Amino acid sequence: MLDLNKRWAGLAALASSGVLVLTACGGGSVGDETKANEEKIAEAGGTCGDFNIIVNPWVGFTADAYVVGAVAEEKLACNVTYLDLKEGGPSYQALKSGDGDVILEEWSHAEELKAAEDGGYAQDVGSPGNVGIIGWYVPQWLAEDHPDIMEWENLNDYADEFETSESDGKGQFLGSDPTFTQYDEAIVENLDLDYKVVFSGGETATVQAFKKAQENKEWLIGYFWEPQYIHAEVPMERVSLPPYEEGCDADKSAVACDYAETELKKVARTEFIESDSTAAALVQNFSWTNEDQNQVASYITSEGMSPEDAAARWIEENPDKVEAWLPQ
Amino acid sequence: MTTATVAPAKQVQPGAVPPPTEPTQGIPRWVWVLTILAGWIVVWSFTKGTDTLALSGQDQTDFHARLSDRVGTFGDNPVTQGIANFINAIIDSLRGLIATPTPPRPAPTIGWLGVTAVATWVGYAVANWRIALLVAASFLAFGLFGFWEDSIDLLIVTLVSVGFAVVIGFPLAILIALSSTAARVVTLGLDLLQTMPTFVYLIFVVILFGIGAPTAVICTLAYALPPIVRISGFGIRDVSPAAIEATDSLGQTTWQRLVKVQIPMARKTIILGLNQTILAALSMAIIASYINGPGLGKPVLSALTRNDFGAGLVPGLLIVLTGIMLDRTTTAASERSERVARGGGEDPRRRRLVLGALLVPVAVAVWYSRYAIDAANFPATTWGRSTADVANSWMGSITSVLDTVAGKLADLVSYGLLNPMESLLADSPWWLSCAGLLLLGVVIGGRKAIVPTVLCLAVIYQLDLWHDTMVVLNMTLVATLLVMVLGVVFGVWMARRRAVDLALRPLLDGGQTIPAFVYLIPVLALFGPTRFTAIVAAVIYAAPAAIKLVADGVRAVSPEVVEAGRSTGSTTWQEITKVQLPMAKGSLVLATNQGLLYVLAMVVIGGLVGAGALGYDVVFGLANGEYAGKGLAAGLSIVLLGIMIDRVMRSAAERAGAGAPARSGSVRSRGFGGWRRSG
Repeated sequence: MLDLNKRWAGLAALASSGVLVLTACGGGSVGDETKANEEKIAEAGGTCGDFNIIVNPWVGFTADAYVVGAVAEEKLACNVTYLDLKEGGPSYQALKSGDGDVILEEWSHAEELKAAEDGGYAQDVGSPGNVGIIGWYVPQWLAEDHPDIMEWENLNDYADEFETSESDGKGQFLGSDPTFTQYDEAIVENLDLDYKVVFSGGETATVQAFKKAQENKEWLIGYFWEPQYIHAEVPMERVSLPPYEEGCDADKSAVACDYAETELKKVARTEFIESDSTAAALVQNFSWTNEDQNQVASYITSEGMSPEDAAARWIEENPDKVEAWLPQ
Repeated sequence: MTTATVAPAKQVQPGAVPPPTEPTQGIPRWVWVLTILAGWIVVWSFTKGTDTLALSGQDQTDFHARLSDRVGTFGDNPVTQGIANFINAIIDSLRGLIATPTPPRPAPTIGWLGVTAVATWVGYAVANWRIALLVAASFLAFGLFGFWEDSIDLLIVTLVSVGFAVVIGFPLAILIALSSTAARVVTLGLDLLQTMPTFVYLIFVVILFGIGAPTAVICTLAYALPPIVRISGFGIRDVSPAAIEATDSLGQTTWQRLVKVQIPMARKTIILGLNQTILAALSMAIIASYINGPGLGKPVLSALTRNDFGAGLVPGLLIVLTGIMLDRTTTAASERSERVARGGGEDPRRRRLVLGALLVPVAVAVWYSRYAIDAANFPATTWGRSTADVANSWMGSITSVLDTVAGKLADLVSYGLLNPMESLLADSPWWLSCAGLLLLGVVIGGRKAIVPTVLCLAVIYQLDLWHDTMVVLNMTLVATLLVMVLGVVFGVWMARRRAVDLALRPLLDGGQTIPAFVYLIPVLALFGPTRFTAIVAAVIYAAPAAIKLVADGVRAVSPEVVEAGRSTGSTTWQEITKVQLPMAKGSLVLATNQGLLYVLAMVVIGGLVGAGALGYDVVFGLANGEYAGKGLAAGLSIVLLGIMIDRVMRSAAERAGAGAPARSGSVRSRGFGGWRRSG
């Protein structure tokens, strides 16, 4: 037999804790906030409705997405949803299915973009203002101690120093995330460099490697890029490769030049951008600089703020820029 | 670390059975193994670097390109769209009901207070008041640590997936219980579902079902389906023949027998299958968030991209908490149903009365949570962030202390073990490694291993990723060797000391259930992006299972035998090496086999932290449509590697008379058994 007293004691505890919580709860009412939200929508002029922002997994992108999202939520009363997706395939799939409205920082998925434009479901809607810089980087201490390392011609002299357990007796060149645009293996081969490309596998891994190399004065050369928040925290220098010329990267297996600087793109779902949603205008107007983005990113990473809080702080500090994005 | 020598001493071929001590006819097996290796090394020294079939990061063969085109033709069909919309509708309405605000309303239809009250009531209804308290505490923790919405999302996705798993899996379980032909076919499919890295079928599922909740549910379903089919099927088939005969004499049909005898009698096993399915579903939380699957995986993944260990640890631990809660609830529910079925324990009328009376405060809580904002949206706290900060500062000081040692250890393993072995496996011409592996497979696994080994090697060759596969095989072998060293050292220790067992169990359960993405950050901070990092991550994931199996095996050695050894004056060392370990050989083989499969399951995650090879290929294929075929080929190569090793090990175990290791599936589904034991 179960002990009945025990059972009733349990019940009483449950019920009384429920009542306790009830009486402890004060605060506003759901009705009031609903009304406030309705007013905000009326005030915003024009309706926004659902606004689904795709977020690719790097902090700079998070900064783009949450700043645009916060503006849409606060000023336009949109119902913002963030979709966390890998770049390339999955992100375009979201545009195609209509689940996602916009990719705010598209680097280089030419093939997917072309397929989207041919298919008529998404299109390039200009630049977010950021310039994507990809290149070969070394930690700052290395650039200072061995200035001649900054020219690719001298890299072979130092190949031994970059040797690791992963590099088969050659110098190690640290490649990055499998999803990023990179053809370092071709560059190494075509410039006759005595290096082996080892892939870090992800942004986190690459960032950790550069951080550690700067702190412990370790030898490291690898693929890195801007805009990226870690530049503010871990100084690094870009090694010069043979300068990029139009078309020198046409044949990916014959590349022997530096990466091109790319104007990043905003890619939006066609139906969304042509709709009368106020968010469509916001997406088209949105533009800022690498510094702006790195600022928000460093709020998130160095100061440990949530993306929402970081975006809110930047918006508060930059009212003019935000004002310019709003639909007229 | 002297006990380390207890592990198979032949470093070059871990994964083999421990050296046979029993007299075998003719030349002992380890002599053959050494001869093959010697021959391999001799040929290798003349031919290394030729015909390795290496393919660099961005290269692919025509076969891969053709496969990519084929993959590209999938998608956009009304059937999968319909299924996706159907799942979406279910998930969306549930989320609107209890998880996400429905604008312009600032809160979901039922706020947190109402949801917590209902869940607590359900916990009481299916189990008892202890479970009700556990449920209430878990739900409050979700809110207090600032992850209310994500936690409820995770529960919704998990429970919907499990619902589908039951609807699809239960008929399959009955089918495999009734027909052994069907059982063979279904089991093969289940093997494939469980060994195929999830990232690989993400490619397909995304193309077919789009992104978000439907894809998350389908991927979770694919991974969580096998346990319920296998375990329930086993339970139904294994109902005592006496009971069946007794009722058969009454002239019942097959259907009557199933519904009236077999299923009711297998109730407990069926619920165990359900329990394992729930836990398997939870372990997909992170992968699902790669394609915007709602749930606690999202904050873990986003913490990883920000390099914020603490911020990932908190939701990671909440996933573990969700697991404990669901595990204990289903277990208690099954015990209760068993008791009620036997007609014991309680007065059903009184119970119904109590449950009914309790509905009143529940209804009040639901009603209140629709109006008051603090009962609708969980009030913000800083618990989550401050816990994260503490975790980060701990991690900082621990990693800085360990830094130099860690680097030395990584170099030792990489230069001493990883590189020489990789050189032999991957720098040999493909035909040499192929021949070497085949011969080793036959020597270790016997004649029964020939067909699976030949088939697997042939298909791996056809998939055009030979070199990458050898690199992965090498890492898998080294990781398994480390797993077994840990397994033997800690397993024996736990078996011999009750206190050690009690102290370690919770840690082991934690290692198995906390998402790998959480500990990737500290491991990366220590070892940088290298193959060794991937190996460490795999060892953390695989070692707990091996340690537990070894501990259970050693403990099962009969006390009389140990006592007999002691009376002849053997030392502790002799007792372990001459009595306990040889007697526990079956467990050692099983632990090695399971360790290998667990390690293989981590290959793709290894690709994210510098291990390259097949893991890299899979992730690369997921992101770039033109490389989808290569990603798929890489995934299949991992599966084939797993099947090959598993079959060789299994027939080795049979030859050693150790009994076949349990099917990979039943053990791969993680258990929370230890939580119960330690609690």
